[in-house]
Amino acid sequence: MPEPITVTVNGTSLAVPGGATVAVAIVLAGAACRKSVTGETRGPLCGMGICYECRAVINGQLHCRSCQIICQPGMEVRTDE
Amino acid sequence: MSGLTYDVVVVGAGIVGAACAEECARQGLRVAIIDRDVIGGGATAAGMGHIVVMDDSEAQFALTRYSQQLWQQLRQELPADVEYEPCGTIWVATDEEEMAEVRRKQNYYAQRGVPTEVLDPQTLERLEPNLRKGMAGGLLVPEDVVLYPPCAARFLIERAQGAGAKLHLGSSVSQIGNGLVRLADGTEFSAAAIINAAGAWASALNPGVNVKKRKGHLAITDRYPGFIRHQLVELGYLKSAHSTSADSVAFNVQPRKTGQILVGSSRQYGAEHGEVDTGVLTRMLQRAQEYMPRLAELSTIRVWTGFRAATPDKLPLIGPCLGDPALFLATGHEGLGITTSLATARLLVDQIAGRNPAIPIEPYLPSRVPAEHAYA
Amino acid sequence: MSNITRDQFDVLVVGGGPAGLAAATCAAECGRHVGVVDDNPALGGQIWRGEVGKAASEAVDWYARLRAAGANVLCGARVFHQPEPEVLLAEAPDGPLELKYKKLILATGARERFLPFPGWTLPNVMGAGGLQALVKSGLPIAGKRVVVAGSGPLLLAVAAYLRQHGAEIPIICEQASWGSLVGFSLALLRQPQKVRQGFALRKQLAGISFAASSWPVSARGERAVEEVVISQSGKNKTVPCDYLACGFHLVPNSELAALLGCRLRDDLVQVDDYQQTSVAGIFCAGEPTGIGGLELSLVEGRIAGLAAGGSAPAAKPLFAEREKLRKFARVLDRTFSLRAELRGLPLPETIVCRCEDVTCSRLAQHTSWRAAKLQTRCGMGPCQARVCGPATGFLFGWAQDSIRPPIFPTRFENLITFSPEAERSEITGGRG
Ligand SMILES: Cc1cc2nc3c(=O)[nH]c(=O)nc-3n(C[C@H](O)[C@H](O)[C@H](O)COP(=O)(O)OP(=O)(O)OC[C@H]3O[C@@H](n4cnc5c(N)ncnc54)[C@H](O)[C@@H]3O)c2cc1C
Ligand SMILES: Cc1cc2nc3c(=O)[nH]c(=O)nc-3n(C[C@H](O)[C@H](O)[C@H](O)COP(=O)(O)OP(=O)(O)OC[C@H]3O[C@@H](n4cnc5c(N)ncnc54)[C@H](O)[C@@H]3O)c2cc1C
Ligand code: FES
Repeated sequence: MPEPITVTVNGTSLAVPGGATVAVAIVLAGAACRKSVTGETRGPLCGMGICYECRAVINGQLHCRSCQIICQPGMEVRTDE
Repeated sequence: MSGLTYDVVVVGAGIVGAACAEECARQGLRVAIIDRDVIGGGATAAGMGHIVVMDDSEAQFALTRYSQQLWQQLRQELPADVEYEPCGTIWVATDEEEMAEVRRKQNYYAQRGVPTEVLDPQTLERLEPNLRKGMAGGLLVPEDVVLYPPCAARFLIERAQGAGAKLHLGSSVSQIGNGLVRLADGTEFSAAAIINAAGAWASALNPGVNVKKRKGHLAITDRYPGFIRHQLVELGYLKSAHSTSADSVAFNVQPRKTGQILVGSSRQYGAEHGEVDTGVLTRMLQRAQEYMPRLAELSTIRVWTGFRAATPDKLPLIGPCLGDPALFLATGHEGLGITTSLATARLLVDQIAGRNPAIPIEPYLPSRVPAEHAYA
Repeated sequence: MSNITRDQFDVLVVGGGPAGLAAATCAAECGRHVGVVDDNPALGGQIWRGEVGKAASEAVDWYARLRAAGANVLCGARVFHQPEPEVLLAEAPDGPLELKYKKLILATGARERFLPFPGWTLPNVMGAGGLQALVKSGLPIAGKRVVVAGSGPLLLAVAAYLRQHGAEIPIICEQASWGSLVGFSLALLRQPQKVRQGFALRKQLAGISFAASSWPVSARGERAVEEVVISQSGKNKTVPCDYLACGFHLVPNSELAALLGCRLRDDLVQVDDYQQTSVAGIFCAGEPTGIGGLELSLVEGRIAGLAAGGSAPAAKPLFAEREKLRKFARVLDRTFSLRAELRGLPLPETIVCRCEDVTCSRLAQHTSWRAAKLQTRCGMGPCQARVCGPATGFLFGWAQDSIRPPIFPTRFENLITFSPEAERSEITGGRG
């Protein structure tokens, strides 16, 4: 097992398995990924970059597909779009 | 076949045909609307939906202003999905030459009762912080509006249907004239008046009609609420020849009510196919990025094209067709058909019903187009 | 502006799943300069998606062969546009890639088909393959209760995988009937590899209840799913759970093929004996030509790789094996075709288009995909109808309209990195 790494999800630090995707970090943090157009909270659906439900703000950039991005140490993730 | 006899048959369920059908039905006329596709599936589905006052000519100003006021009157009745957004336009000036044009425009609009505000560089930057730094200023036209055209067309058609109009979708019209409308499947409709509102395809039904397809590209981003707040348009066309034949691109971006940014625009003659043209698209997006560098990082969802119906003098054709007084044209709106649809309908029905028009109609009559043009 | 990277290949392969790996390997072994581009952080596609830290074992041979043959691997790069023939653009983290090719092999795989039912938008309701992908990407699942539902052989593979990783599987719900599943089992018996896989699966799944003619009716929960109501033999029953893993078999990723002008029929890319599409020089292998599973993807990949690599005669001996596997694919199609009752799952207020939150009742007012799209914004969001397109195809029988670039959302600047030399004329202005 690779070393766990630490990322921040909505301001809270969190250790995730090395190599985990950002979508995994968000689910582990107990957060949803995004608010839908009518205000529903949504989490990952397809896990493979197709559905765009896992969009989150990563290091300040909006609309990132978190299921296809690997966590890097110190990454800042926000889900309160 | 009395069931297929109408006072008016409208060919085309784009925004112009929809507006004409609604106006006719409200006058108590028996109306049929025919489209080979869906409601608002032509240029109406492709256009930006900028309801804008323009001043290329006195006649263009009169029509756009009149129509904009008709949209304002309709505002309370528009359903939410029409996305009516009174965001205003800012004409962006990059240098002193363009600022002179800003002041000319302001003067022109002021004389004709259109409120405007000249913006200094600081105010412009405060209103639209994502524009490139160092702009010379701009002109804010607060009464310009943005809406979503396909739903606006559907709303008008529903109103027409509420007043008794019949809608026939999925039927292609193959022939019109002499009080008859024939569909490709052989069905015939007879009508006291026929309105050709087939947009850029109008000349396929009336071969003498001088409208040419003028292709445009647009791109749309994901949702970035607040990224821009007004429709932003360059004044750069001053520096280029006012060509009616060369391809051109311009910075023209629009905030959608969804928070998306719609990015235009391009103009091309001679292109018959709707495919995305990479060269034109690239230049159009480059232009936009020059004015608004931070566009670079926005996630862009889709690119599409549409066809404007262009006339030689840049004014629409509204009125009877040469040689057939019962056949009316409502086409040739080029890049302004969403704006001018409501006024077009009024002016056309004024002619059909013998009412007094609110503005002079002569500049828009098809008979103004010189014969050698019309039959070239 | 981020820098563009340009590269040129004899054979370019899009997709690094089994079909793409086999294709790239075989083309490279023919001595061609080969590139494989895939949008995931690592090769493997769906089935061989590497578990965190280690490559999945069955795939190791192919990786080794691919490396030995010297193919270039471009991971984390997603193809979004063909600006002109024989050039593809891909988005990558460090800027766009411009990839020129002489021959192209599309091995873009498949995705799950999702059907709307009340509660399907709740967090922790995921695809079956979707949850598996997340677990493969590091999500701990030990001790969690996962209801696996939908349709297709993937459900069993996912249930076995999740259980192996410590999940508790209260039930597997398959919408197909026992009758059609029996036919499927008989067809499996004619496929020795599949029988072996089947036995292994049965062992892994021992003790889990499996219901045929069963499907989720609704998912319920406060912030995330807490329980799912399933229909089983005509009766509803409530099953508490932490996750609902639900997908209704697979649909091909044929958007890129469509953009390139390849002929499709029923969303499947049409190919000749050598896996060549209707566009000369463009080949297609794996799920986009028909949902057929791992072995078919591999053999199609090998044929496409050999043909594109210039060794078409060497591909001929593989035709018989492919034919046998295609028969199996047809059985798959029949077995897991969707029952009509599923059309009744969404309530009027159930969201069908998740990007734009368009409900079933709003869609039901329209008679075509295009009308629904223009009037309700269905399919206009970033997934570009990859989820709601197949769903409305099933619910309403709608066919989607034309495909336009970019086939995936991409950074604005990526669309202007490519400019054809000839098009450098004066920029003129005007209003839109
Ligand atoms: C890129 C672009 C941007 C634009 N931006 C703006 C803007 O910001 N503001 C603005 O005011 N305008 C804008 N326009 C212009 C505007 O979109 C058009 O002027 C307007 O939509 C024209 O409406 P229409 O009803 O005349 O034509 P269309 O919407 O094209 O409708 C014509 C209809 O006729 C039907 N038809 C054609 N032939 C037949 C036949 N033989 N039988 C049956 N049916 C037939 C077609 O199916 C179609 O539905 C833009 C246009 C483009 C292309
Ligand atoms: C979610 C899911 C999970 C599955 N799990 C299992 C399982 O556990 N067991 C099993 O037996 N079968 C499983 N399958 C089925 C299995 O994937 C197939 O039977 C077969 O292996 C597919 O091989 P392929 O190479 O055709 O496609 P894939 O393995 O799907 O590979 C296609 C690759 O192309 C990439 N791609 C697509 N478009 C682009 C683009 N434009 N740019 C860059 N890259 C692109 C995709 O991301 C993907 O990595 C699963 C299928 C899916 C969809
Ligand atoms: S979960 Fe579907 S795109 Fe990430």
